[in-house]
Amino acid sequence: MNYFKGTGDYVLSPELKDNVNVSIALARPLLVKGEPGTGKTLLAHSIADGLGKKLIIWNIKSTTKAREGLYVYDTVQRLNDARFGDRDVSDIRQYIKLGKLGEAFNSEEQVVLLIDEIDKADIEFPNDLLNELDEMSFYIPETGDTIKAKHRPIVIITSNSEKELPDPFLRRCVFHYIEFPDEKLMEDIVFVHFPDLEKKLLREALKKFYWIRQFDMLRKKPSTSELIDWIQALIAGGISPSKVEKDLPFLGTLLKKKEDTDLVNQSGSAHYGYSSSVRTRNVY
Amino acid sequence: MFINFFFALKSYGVPVSLHEWITLHHALARNLNDCNLTKFYYVARAILVKNEIYYDKYDMAFLDTFKDIETTDEMLEKILEGLKKVKELHLSEEEKKQIEELDLDQILRNFEEQLKQEHYKNHVGGNKAIGTGGRSTQGAWGYNPAGIRIGQGESRHKRAVQIAEKRSFRNYSNDVTLDTRQMRVALAHLRSLLPIGPEEKLNLDATIDATCKNAGELEFIWESKEKKAAKVILMMDVGGSMTPYARLVERLFSAASSQISRFKHYYFHNCIYQDLWTDIERRESISTQEFLKSEDNDYKLILIGDAEMAPSELTWVNGAIDYWYHNDTPGLAWLQRLRDKFKDSIWMNPLPRRSWGYVQTARMIGGIFPMFELTLDGLDEGVKFLMKGKGKFFN
Ligand SMILES: Nc1ncnc2c1ncn2[C@@H]1O[C@H](COP(=O)(O)OP(=O)(O)OP(=O)(O)O)[C@@H](O)[C@H]1O
Ligand SMILES: [Mg+2]
Repeated sequence: MNYFKGTGDYVLSPELKDNVNVSIALARPLLVKGEPGTGKTLLAHSIADGLGKKLIIWNIKSTTKAREGLYVYDTVQRLNDARFGDRDVSDIRQYIKLGKLGEAFNSEEQVVLLIDEIDKADIEFPNDLLNELDEMSFYIPETGDTIKAKHRPIVIITSNSEKELPDPFLRRCVFHYIEFPDEKLMEDIVFVHFPDLEKKLLREALKKFYWIRQFDMLRKKPSTSELIDWIQALIAGGISPSKVEKDLPFLGTLLKKKEDTDLVNQSGSAHYGYSSSVRTRNVY
Repeated sequence: MFINFFFALKSYGVPVSLHEWITLHHALARNLNDCNLTKFYYVARAILVKNEIYYDKYDMAFLDTFKDIETTDEMLEKILEGLKKVKELHLSEEEKKQIEELDLDQILRNFEEQLKQEHYKNHVGGNKAIGTGGRSTQGAWGYNPAGIRIGQGESRHKRAVQIAEKRSFRNYSNDVTLDTRQMRVALAHLRSLLPIGPEEKLNLDATIDATCKNAGELEFIWESKEKKAAKVILMMDVGGSMTPYARLVERLFSAASSQISRFKHYYFHNCIYQDLWTDIERRESISTQEFLKSEDNDYKLILIGDAEMAPSELTWVNGAIDYWYHNDTPGLAWLQRLRDKFKDSIWMNPLPRRSWGYVQTARMIGGIFPMFELTLDGLDEGVKFLMKGKGKFFN
């Protein structure tokens, strides 16, 4: 029986762990949503690790079509071969290449399939996969073959909520929303990456990090990945905790847009007095 | 009665389907919630709710249904009771099919079987269905989503209710005033409402041409079809507390620029007079008169403001809020001229709709422009209204 207990390199809330196991037990895809850097992609890695299974990753882009996940029929290659005649073009099978979903179905052992950033694709994309995900099989008309899952893969799907996902698709998923970690939890996450980190440096860095994240007008709020890069830079640069407290060294690691660094620098030392909430308002 | 939970969710506006409801029973029949109402809270949420904007509504429905439940047995009875009622519901053909597929009877049998064997009774921790392994491996976890630390003796069921009572997802709801947290979602909505952007298409003739020129070596020619249709003008009240909202909406629309062929933005303070400011500090301006004369009238015009001011600012000559500013035409007349020019125009207000009736100036402006709340829902409604050209039929 597959039971996911977590792995040492991934900080996991009990609810998320339960939901992973519920989705495995019910054989439903787990849809994970959350701000960038909340560990959605990493979760799939952790699940594969924890269960000792192979991970197959299907990265979705805006141009990805559902078909590509099943198989691609390389007609251009076949046409070329027909012209130059160095292969037997009547054997269509050699021009059929399984996509990630096909690969997951065809695998001899159960795998974990990560469909990463499904919301990047066309709005119809998830619906186009419903049948295949339900039946765990698909048919290749060109060859007359049916690819059927030997073992139902464990499916993890991530979304950044760039687009709404269609209802029929959602109905079939188990859904988990990862909240952005609070300071306490973030400490745990950072410690996974830097077990020997000086407590004081961490505390100052986190203070600054959450202070910056309060600016509602940022084009791009720094996420966990940026925090980890930043701490890496602080360590490598031999920066002392008191310097982090006074200045913002390597701010460019945290904020990638110039408008954002300007905004933060402007409010400079006004620190916690700054109210950035758009909800506090007076009349006029 | 457990089925009430289903209806409570529906009545709070959580779009939950029978399909999901039955899936939940699958999970319960296999005791995936470990006979624990707190786990049930999360498991049920994961199965029934597919968008965090409904988490708050889920909390309210949960409270309504479970606040008085004290023990596991009580809950189980309710679940079983509810389960038996599913078939008495008015079901559509589609739903009946779903029930068949999901084999409700099987679930019922499972349940009763387990109940008979007292699997659920005095259940402290272990988990028969999925094995006892895997209590928290993160020893030093210390993280509690509701931020409450519970003593040993306290009822595990109470805790779920406390979590729901916290209503920590209130701000994610789609009916609170738009804020940056919702930017991505708002943008997604906006994009789906605006006409579609460029799309790639194989140009067959050009491909054949190029391939022939290449002596038969295939060469694909792709073409981009521009389909940006929307033209949008924003006019934003940037008086003091309105600035953040104005900026937010501005960012929202400029982020959607791939679908907007022309986008302009102007600023005002409380109301519009003879000058339209082109910068937030209100130093540079163009003449409103000129603007009205020269601009195409097929722009969609969106005004953002709280419409809350002294009535004199709308009705008086020299009524503008800034004492140094003199206007010889009352603000209301300028608003009417804008409205006459741009049939597709709306006003978005960050104050809740229920307050508009109490504000005289909001009522006056609401008589000129169709007014929508500056919330996720309001944005949807407003932009739909614009795109469908419903503005023509207002007043
Ligand atoms: N719970 C966690 N435990 C350990 N590390 C984490 C955790 N969450 C985030 N991280 C760190 O943050 C980085 C970003 O995580 P990941 O790429 O999984 O985020 P994501 O949610 O997929 O983001 P995006 O939406 O940008 O794809 C990881 O490489 C890891 O270093
Ligand atoms: Mg990711």
